[in-house]
Amino acid sequence: MSVRQSLLAILNQGPCYGYQLRAEFDRRTGSTWPLNVGQIYNTLDRLERDGLVQKADIDADGQNYVEITTAGRAEVAEWLGSPVVRTMATRDELAIKLAIAVTLPGVDIAQVIQVQRTQAMRTLQELTRTKNATADPESSEQLAWLLVIDLLIFAAEAEARWLDHSEHRLARARSAGLAEPLPLNTAVPKRGRPAKTVQASA
Amino acid sequence: MTGSDLLLELDGVSMQYGRGETAITALAGVDLSVRRGELVAVMGASGSGKSTLLTVAGGLTPPTSGEVIVEGHWLSQLSARELATLRRRSLGFVFQDFNLIPSLTALENVSLPLELDGWTSKKAHRPALDALNVVELGDRANHFPSDLSGGQQQRVAIARAVVGGRSLILADEPTGALDSTTGELVLRMLRSRVDAGAGGILVTHDARHAAWADRIVFLRDGRIVDESRASAVSSLLSGLPA
Ligand SMILES: Nc1ncnc2c1ncn2[C@@H]1O[C@H](COP(=O)(O)OP(=O)(O)OP(=O)(O)O)[C@@H](O)[C@H]1O
Ligand SMILES: [Mg+2]
Repeated sequence: MSVRQSLLAILNQGPCYGYQLRAEFDRRTGSTWPLNVGQIYNTLDRLERDGLVQKADIDADGQNYVEITTAGRAEVAEWLGSPVVRTMATRDELAIKLAIAVTLPGVDIAQVIQVQRTQAMRTLQELTRTKNATADPESSEQLAWLLVIDLLIFAAEAEARWLDHSEHRLARARSAGLAEPLPLNTAVPKRGRPAKTVQASA
Repeated sequence: MTGSDLLLELDGVSMQYGRGETAITALAGVDLSVRRGELVAVMGASGSGKSTLLTVAGGLTPPTSGEVIVEGHWLSQLSARELATLRRRSLGFVFQDFNLIPSLTALENVSLPLELDGWTSKKAHRPALDALNVVELGDRANHFPSDLSGGQQQRVAIARAVVGGRSLILADEPTGALDSTTGELVLRMLRSRVDAGAGGILVTHDARHAAWADRIVFLRDGRIVDESRASAVSSLLSGLPA
């Protein structure tokens, strides 16, 4: 998970204590996904359990410093050198909603799409406005922040385009008399018996 | 909000093409207003009525019913001559197909609205050249449209629409033929005109471009079905790090 590796990558710069790590993470990601201190300490506990960090000094103010281990450094290099794979395992809430809505009789799917499109466009407007209020980045913190904004802009744009595309696809199918909504299937498989048995008896 | 803030009002505007059995309803009861300093984007599927909305708003075609009010003038009450003057002075059009005059150079195309309004061509060339420079075409001022690429023609059309500080800019897919950097240039220009006190309607299919607007209205089958208004303060981000 990226929080774990991000914290590790920050610790690769030198020992840090909990609050300091949180501040470092936030300033490097434009405070877009702020972490609470609890998350930081949980993550540090797990990193320590896995031998990637270890306790270091306690300073005069009583701050507990944590430092990266050799295994931790290897993990950082591994993380930076490998791609982030977006798995299908994380269910996409919107894709599921639309997929279900399409099959339901009596649902105005164009309206479902429109409601979502308005939301996507509002997000896009806010992001664009925020970005346009920004001059060219001067510091690497600003650059990091702009990279994050750009990703969010592209993601919102992709969502809007996908909605347009879905609307066209749906309109075409419906005007050709295809893709009618699905009534409940009364020939339901009983108690987890394979569907085959049901079909065979039908 | 004072009355003079309102640059454009569409009040229950409907538009039908043809009559009887084959009549097509392109707009059905559209209410829309544009204030000074406001850029409104119009989105919608092909055939949803976007271009029709612009032609009606700009007084190029009278609506079948409803009222169009530009800077306080009810278009239905104006004589043809008064309407022509209002259009020339107050409205800048960017058409979907550019609509440049082939026998005039880029500079002459951009100067034309000013000259029609009584400026000498010498006097009109100065602001026209400024407008061409903004769209980075100053060096092509003396070229004819046929010698320009599609995207360049589009930029000339945009320069023509904003020259002389017209108060209401109506742009139909002004970024359609442009690459993303040039498209952004055009939006920046449109946005700065609007921020300086003009008003604008921007028809576009491009979500990223529509997002430059203060409001986005969505047309479906000639009706406004929804609207997105950017909130003054972004709830999404805490803003740029110092
Ligand atoms: N001059 C005309 N005569 C008859 N019908 C017309 C005329 N102009 C437009 N229409 C019809 O009116 C409807 C709206 O057209 P309009 O050009 O406003 O759509 P649009 O939203 O601009 O589409 P696009 O995205 O393709 O430019 C369409 O059904 C179109 O066929
Ligand atoms: Mg059109």
